[in-house]
Amino acid sequence: MKEEKICVVIGASHAGVNCAFALRREGWLGTIIIYDQDPETPYHRPPLSKSFLTTDNSVDQHLLMSLESYSKENIELRLGTTVTGINRKVKSIALNDGSKQTYDKLVLATGARALVPHIEGIENSKRIFYMRTAQDAFNIRKACQLSVSKRVVIIGGGYIGLESAASLRQLGAEVTVLERDHRLLSRVTAPEMSDYFLRLHTDKGIVIGLSKNVSAINTYVGYDSVICADGTQYHADMIVVGVGVTVNTSIAEKAGLQINNGISVDNRTQTSDEHIYAIGDCTNHFNAHYNKNIRLESVQNAVDQAKVAAKNICEQESCYDAIPWFWSDQYDVKLQMVGLSSGYTEALLRAEENDKASFSVWYFKEEELLAVDAVNSPKAYVLGSKFIKGHMKINKTILTNSDIPLRPSELIKKDSKTT
Amino acid sequence: MVKINFKTQDNQIITAEESKGSVMELARDNNVKGIDGDCGGVCSCATCHVYISPEDVDKFPVASEIEKDMLEFEDNTTEFSRLACQLEISESIDGITLTVAN
Repeated sequence: MKEEKICVVIGASHAGVNCAFALRREGWLGTIIIYDQDPETPYHRPPLSKSFLTTDNSVDQHLLMSLESYSKENIELRLGTTVTGINRKVKSIALNDGSKQTYDKLVLATGARALVPHIEGIENSKRIFYMRTAQDAFNIRKACQLSVSKRVVIIGGGYIGLESAASLRQLGAEVTVLERDHRLLSRVTAPEMSDYFLRLHTDKGIVIGLSKNVSAINTYVGYDSVICADGTQYHADMIVVGVGVTVNTSIAEKAGLQINNGISVDNRTQTSDEHIYAIGDCTNHFNAHYNKNIRLESVQNAVDQAKVAAKNICEQESCYDAIPWFWSDQYDVKLQMVGLSSGYTEALLRAEENDKASFSVWYFKEEELLAVDAVNSPKAYVLGSKFIKGHMKINKTILTNSDIPLRPSELIKKDSKTT
Repeated sequence: MVKINFKTQDNQIITAEESKGSVMELARDNNVKGIDGDCGGVCSCATCHVYISPEDVDKFPVASEIEKDMLEFEDNTTEFSRLACQLEISESIDGITLTVAN
């Protein structure tokens, strides 16, 4: 009798969990085992810096799948277990308890971890927090609740930093955000968006320090002092560091898989080993629409690659071809983004005539629409997605005229398709 | 317990039971093809698009502006389109059948 095939998934976040369930949907009849060092039942990460901080919610309110669904689909969850290595010759993985597990197919969904910046004194401080896992978020919430003066310094003015700032402010904290660049969200958005978020957070009482390069953290009795290169100092009861991530590639690298700013995969999410696939934040993959290799930190990429991997493992040819999209919620502001704006030559502002602060920024490279950032403007987001996908040519004069409603019939140029 | 039937695009019928939470969560937990709920239910992604049968439309509160805006230009939107993450499970919808749009 032929033995049952085994698919092992390393990493139980968006990518790994979605892949396991997609494998069942696509007809994988064999064993599925998911490993993760995080002991919690797999959960949604985006709420951690948002509603998880501002409420008393437990992880149970943010589960990716209910615990029963794993048993219903016969998916084994091995949580709190670290995978220490891969032996490609015998197709097995080694675990931290010394045991081994064989596989027929292996999926690496190892993700990324919070980057620890080189700042003098950072390793001596007991007031440093990162935001990546449920435990991290829980620790931040608890520390903020217990602190009397609640002086929070956030290092990094990106999405994690700003979302955490908004949430902690809602908990009554006195928040300062220190950003190294001369504007917020500089890596991902146009100056118009940076200005909007600067005003939004300033209006809510957050102090934003731009061009602040944190050089040292000194620990004293009762507080830390965050020192910037320009000599300014900020006292803090808590310091939240959100300066990006380090990709978890070490086990892939030790196993000799091809690495290039992430685990290299082809458009079928296969690594340089035909029995090993990689998905999510840990991968470096080719994006067909933008015609370049990228690494993305996003739920969309994790879930879409998970589905592609599952299909290919089940021997149904499937290629990854998606337009990236992201979202962020800060206070009651809904930000939705689609596309990749890097390399844009023009950013056009579209304001909506309504009672809410609704607007969108449309990024073009000459005539080609690359990306749209939409603030309280779901229509702009949905239409932007369509136009980008279809390589539609947009009438820019109509786009920037608030008197004309957002409608495809008005916006698309007759001789559409830029390529 | 409230019973809900999901009809997928490949004509599978999946019946699921739950007493609380959103319809999207129920579909997701029962591995219903075409319902992803990628954003976790915050009305940001439109990956949980369903059609309500004409006779059941009034069993749900009307859609919010955000939900309407998300759906307006979606592929395959009809007057019966809703986002399942915005539909709460309640006794009043017991026994209905929802068709998955994608």
